Amino acid sequence: MASSRDDFVIAIRSAFLKKSYQQKFSLLTLIFLSLTILLLGSFNFKVIQYIKIGIKEVVYRSSFVVSIPENYVKKLNFQLKDHLNLYENYKKNEVLLDDLRKKKLTNEFLVLENEKLRNLINESVKSEDIYAKVLVDKDSPYLKSIVLNKGSKNNVKLGMAIVDDSYLVGKIIEVNYTNSRALLLSDLNSKIPVLLEPLNIHAVLSGTGKNYGIIEFTKEEYDKKVNNNKIIVYTSGYGGLFKPGLPVGKIINNANLKKNIVNFFSDFGQLDYVRIVSYEIGSGN
Amino acid sequence: MFYFPTLVLFLAVLNEIDLNYLEIEYFSFNFVYILIFYWTLKNPHYLSYGSIFIAGLVNDVVTGLPIGISSLCYLLICAVTAYLRNITLRPNFMNDWLSLLVTILLVNSIQVMSLDLIFSIDVNYMRYSINSGFTFVFYPLFLFLFINLEKKIKTQKND
Repeated sequence: MASSRDDFVIAIRSAFLKKSYQQKFSLLTLIFLSLTILLLGSFNFKVIQYIKIGIKEVVYRSSFVVSIPENYVKKLNFQLKDHLNLYENYKKNEVLLDDLRKKKLTNEFLVLENEKLRNLINESVKSEDIYAKVLVDKDSPYLKSIVLNKGSKNNVKLGMAIVDDSYLVGKIIEVNYTNSRALLLSDLNSKIPVLLEPLNIHAVLSGTGKNYGIIEFTKEEYDKKVNNNKIIVYTSGYGGLFKPGLPVGKIINNANLKKNIVNFFSDFGQLDYVRIVSYEIGSGN
Repeated sequence: MFYFPTLVLFLAVLNEIDLNYLEIEYFSFNFVYILIFYWTLKNPHYLSYGSIFIAGLVNDVVTGLPIGISSLCYLLICAVTAYLRNITLRPNFMNDWLSLLVTILLVNSIQVMSLDLIFSIDVNYMRYSINSGFTFVFYPLFLFLFINLEKKIKTQKND
């Protein structure tokens, strides 16, 4: 019994401490180094933060270059699918275009009316847009995020909204000098205040780690109203992070999951260029 | 050719290869775990611990995980393979394969616990489980590729 325990200890000691097979560092040294970096990083130790920023500047660019062939294959795949569905898409778009033309007229009137009403209460909404290219959009099983090619050099700040066309896709969670990382709405850690229209219910939209979101923390029950209404999810502007009224997605009842889910308007897998948006509500009072 | 495994390791962490072009929900596997497990178990002199440590840091930056966590996980795989090398007299495929499963479960458990308890990052347990499963299932396929690659490296070295 004692000898088998000795063998185990010898094997463990040899595995951790022996610098065999031309290894320059022992495993134990490197494991301790990793643990030190991890712990100091969790306490926001300054030296580690500077090292992090340095590594990120280099790694994000390298990752973008290395991913070029894979991204090309991905794009080819999407193009092929588009070609195969060409006729079907054309028919759908024809109906949609007709519908949109009618809605456009009403919309123009509403925009003018909204402007007039804001002028009456001396309120103005100023927003600034920064256009950014998506450098890295790896669909990691751990984190749903994208890396953008604009950073603090371009006045990007933490918490700014990321918009694809006019649809919200996420927010900035990390800013480096020439690049930044945005957390997508689909990530498990993403939670944003939203407004369910036309029900006028305030809620929180949470990511699920999949390609849809769920509605949480509503004051009123909205589940039963979904079947009868077409519910669109917009940003509510609560907390002052996002501009109110940015479209996010549509609530649908998923038969497989047997619950209501939010289908995002934007396809997070096909983001090439996005807008980083900051806004300010000015009041005359 | 001697540095080929190191080159593949760095390409894999920079590119985060998951080969999920069919967009199957939940499908993902950890190619880096397989690569490190195989080369440190069979031929540790082709893949240095120092480069594995740096690859871990790069992986953390690309995936957005707290820096140092992947290095720790990769080095723990190295520790298991070093231990296996010390206690194994006659290596066989089944033992290696089952050891990989135990190693992945151990390493992923440590990662999930660190993310959840220390860094308060919500993680999808289902994704981790399925990722571990596919990594285990794909090992024989990559084993076949790596054995052939190793033969080529040895042939070129002898020439």
